[in-house]
Amino acid sequence: MNVAIDNLQLVLPGEHRALAGVTLAIGRGERLAVIGPSGAGKTSLLRVLGTALRPTAGALAIDGADPWLLPRARLRRLRSGIGTVHQSPPLPPRQRLVTAVLAGRLGAWGFWRGLASLAYPADIAGARAALARLDLDGRLFDRCDRLSGGQLQRVGVARVLYQQPALILADEPVSSLDPQLADHTVGELHREAQGRGVTLVASLHAVDLALKWFPRIVGLRDGAVAFDAPPVRVSDRMLRDLYGAESPIVPTQDNQPLERPEPKPRAAQPLCR
Amino acid sequence: MSLHPVAAPGPPRDPALWPRLGLGVAALAVLWPALEIAEFRPATLLDPKNLEVMGRFLGTFFPLVLTPEFLALVVRSTVETLALATAGIALAIGLGLPLAMMVSESLSVSRIGPARRAWLAPAVRTPLRALLIVMRSVPEIVWALLFVRAVGLGPAAGVLAIAINYAGMLGKVYFEIFEAGDTRPARAILESGGARVHAFAYGILPVAVPEIVSYSVYRWECAIRASVVMGFVGAGGLGQQMELSMRMLAGGEVATMLAAFLLLILLADTVSAVLRKALV
Repeated sequence: MNVAIDNLQLVLPGEHRALAGVTLAIGRGERLAVIGPSGAGKTSLLRVLGTALRPTAGALAIDGADPWLLPRARLRRLRSGIGTVHQSPPLPPRQRLVTAVLAGRLGAWGFWRGLASLAYPADIAGARAALARLDLDGRLFDRCDRLSGGQLQRVGVARVLYQQPALILADEPVSSLDPQLADHTVGELHREAQGRGVTLVASLHAVDLALKWFPRIVGLRDGAVAFDAPPVRVSDRMLRDLYGAESPIVPTQDNQPLERPEPKPRAAQPLCR
Repeated sequence: MSLHPVAAPGPPRDPALWPRLGLGVAALAVLWPALEIAEFRPATLLDPKNLEVMGRFLGTFFPLVLTPEFLALVVRSTVETLALATAGIALAIGLGLPLAMMVSESLSVSRIGPARRAWLAPAVRTPLRALLIVMRSVPEIVWALLFVRAVGLGPAAGVLAIAINYAGMLGKVYFEIFEAGDTRPARAILESGGARVHAFAYGILPVAVPEIVSYSVYRWECAIRASVVMGFVGAGGLGQQMELSMRMLAGGEVATMLAAFLLLILLADTVSAVLRKALV
């Protein structure tokens, strides 16, 4: 899917201006990381892109059409092609992992198949394969409330992998994971997007992850785009300005100082590895 | 003039004294007329003449009737009561659950979708809510009287009465449970293209199941008790037999059936406690 937004504004209830005129064009198959201090509007931006929140003003076009003007059935079809990884996964505690993952394809399945899958899981192999990519296939028939926060977050990722959406939106998808797992999980999202040529937009707290995995970095501050550049062009100074007053150091995993490869060898690499 | 003489600075007085005293007096002032209007005069209970009447009534209870034929009848009626309550509750759940789902707003698609037919949802919800109110505010005994006329004497009328009346209660409570639970799972389903029913089955029901089962089992207990009362108007089960025996002034039979009823309630209590414990 390609997404274009123009001067997008979002006012949340309580007069809070979450997005103050954001303009972005995201091509099909592009992989983009959104970074910025908390409260910058990262989640709001992803919610608007995922048609979960209606923008207050400005234009939003997904595959050339404004989703909010589509007829109901077409909007549903559009939404079934958008997969969102939520920061705190919205999974019922008593639901089993297999059901939670299979729920990803409810939009693609018909009405009855979705209901029948509650009686007997419709695609155990598929759910297992999706969980296996995040090392959770052993917990296939466990209940969600038996999992730790980090494991639950990976179930949310597995659901989206199983959904096979044309647009993956990931809102801080690895916020409860340790650095190794976070790297692996972002890597899985990256492989999925690259392998199927689908669009990936992720908001990330850890700047080093964003710089490592994403060919395009968007810095968001106070609901507006501060910069939009490939990682080699993102300078330390830009990052310091982005996080500015909130934190004296740029947030990374483990809060290690940001180690950056010399721009030269990295720039020499072709963009599509 | 000071309330606290300087000479004796004793411990300070509890400032809650006067509000408490005032509330107590106010409660009495409300309760007294209520007792008067309800003609509650405990003294009449102790009146020797009345004591004698009651004593004679209770005296007829003994000895209990324990002939094999009568015990067989009691067992059959007990099973009938149990079946009546269970079938009634099952129907009430089958009716109340979809109704609760329909009136619930936490599943409102229009909240995240184009609200082009925004008037439609309230237009459906409001009459359904009114229907639920009618179903639960007409007492089950009135429903029983109605259905006894429609389907004749017997447990079928009791099943229908419980189904209608309890569906109204269950529907309202289910609806409240749905609204109180976490609605994010359901929204996530809707946002990825799932149907409203999917969002309900995958997002809301798993969150609400423990509370739903717990309340439904409690209502099943109530239905067993209610079925006895409804039996008095001819809706089958133990109650109907009890009414027959009372009319024939067979106190011993009534006592035996009361004992059976007591056992039945104890059983229901135990089953529901076990079920609820297993779920939480």
